[in-house]
Amino acid sequence: MTREAGTLRAGVPAPGRAVVRSGAPAGPGLEVVRAGALTTVQDAGRTGWAHLGVPRAGALDGPARCLANRLVGNAPDAAVLETTLTGCAVRVSGVRPLTAVVGGAVCRVTVDGRPVAWGAPVRVPPGAVLEAGPALHGLRAYLAFGGGLVPEPVLGSRSADLLSGLGPPVLRDGDVLPVGAVAPGHSCPAVGPVPWPGTPGELVLPVRLGPRDDWFTPAALRTLTTAVYRVAAQSNRIGLRTEGPFLARARGGELPSEGMVLGAVQVPPDGRPVVFLNDHPTTGGYPVVGVVAASALAAAAQAPPGTPVRFVRA
Amino acid sequence: MSAVRVLAAGPGALLVELASGESAEAFHAELLRRRADGGLPAVREIVPGATTVLLDGIEPRAVAGLARRLTSWEVPPPSRDAGEAVEIPVVYDGPDLADVAGAWGVPVADVPRIHARTEFRVAFCGFAPGFGYLTGLPGHLRVPRRATPRSRVPAGALALAGPYTGVYPRPSPGGWQLIGRMPGPEVLWDPGREPAALLAPGSRVRFVAAEDAG
Repeated sequence: MTREAGTLRAGVPAPGRAVVRSGAPAGPGLEVVRAGALTTVQDAGRTGWAHLGVPRAGALDGPARCLANRLVGNAPDAAVLETTLTGCAVRVSGVRPLTAVVGGAVCRVTVDGRPVAWGAPVRVPPGAVLEAGPALHGLRAYLAFGGGLVPEPVLGSRSADLLSGLGPPVLRDGDVLPVGAVAPGHSCPAVGPVPWPGTPGELVLPVRLGPRDDWFTPAALRTLTTAVYRVAAQSNRIGLRTEGPFLARARGGELPSEGMVLGAVQVPPDGRPVVFLNDHPTTGGYPVVGVVAASALAAAAQAPPGTPVRFVRA
Repeated sequence: MSAVRVLAAGPGALLVELASGESAEAFHAELLRRRADGGLPAVREIVPGATTVLLDGIEPRAVAGLARRLTSWEVPPPSRDAGEAVEIPVVYDGPDLADVAGAWGVPVADVPRIHARTEFRVAFCGFAPGFGYLTGLPGHLRVPRRATPRSRVPAGALALAGPYTGVYPRPSPGGWQLIGRMPGPEVLWDPGREPAALLAPGSRVRFVAAEDAG
């Protein structure tokens, strides 16, 4: 069950929130000052449970999550914050400073209002507020902290899953999140500036046809790989929805529910392709015309509504 | 001629399509057997569907060979007596009982009797964690989905659609016909428990009318 954002007032911890603790934590932690439009905890996701209907979840821009983690000296699959469009602000609680990196979507980064580096490690003293501003390029920023976020894992993952409601709930103002201890001798890797992938002006998605391309007319298959679609505003962590030409079916009837993969291009009755992202349902009853290469999905996660989309044959 | 079709679903997944739901169940059981015996390459997910089984996250170099081999398997029929049946208490008082009785052509009072004496199996899961698509009702007792889905179906609702029976583990919108409710539906899905799901593909299930359970 997806939580409805804004059902509780800012600063009031929800009752029975098992994962996000309220009050001052004993160890290092973060207090959410400005949760932003949609900020969630994400790691590499939970796999191996699709047969029970459990989505994989995990950061939509996996490479950004990995790079942000590596720059603060974490394992690449440590849990980070994923913001959506408007960024977020968190205060460091506890007694020691935290090392943080804001990457992914390009945004203004400040500590207590003073500009600091985007995409590189910054030191945030206890009591100070780290803010990732609204996205200037891209859609989703990633905030990694030395030690990683350590809310209670569910089925082996700390990722929020917005389809089924597993994992830490969507952040709200006033929430407190625990941060893991850093190992003795921990340090950030000594690296110079590293390149972060840019945000594409046009989203090119290599697609391999099947398994249900035979449910569509030859003209529809040509349309898919020649027309220009645009990212629709209704896109979310479940799927990248598109606006563009209708894909006509070659046959009627209903497809019996079948397993769905990450990157599946499902075509609902409105004929507009939906590219399944990490919170996608594990089974579905609309035909999948093709599958987008997983390596292209990080760019899809950073494409704001209106971005032109071209599907090309892989 | 093989009744098994293997379709690629991207570079790392194969969708195995069978002739019927029963064959899909048997094929799924065979896949699990072979995985347990070490006879399968590494596969991240094995996801049964209505008439398919998806193998996802297959080691890349093994995909082509596995696709060829899958069509040649000799698959025994699913064993019908494996495992204890999970008993689910239900109160048959759903708002669509009369519609279902009409579709079945029986008096309303017969719907609970017919349903509760049926032996079900979890054909596959999905829709929500903890939700199983249960088969077992004979073909002539299929019912259509409701023309207008409900915007909220409560947790525990016992529902029918097509060849399937299911119990909603949590409130959600839904278009299935509601014939009853399960008290205490939170046992269907508890991620803090091992196993988290009460119902997994292949599980046998019986519904016990709560009036009779005491």
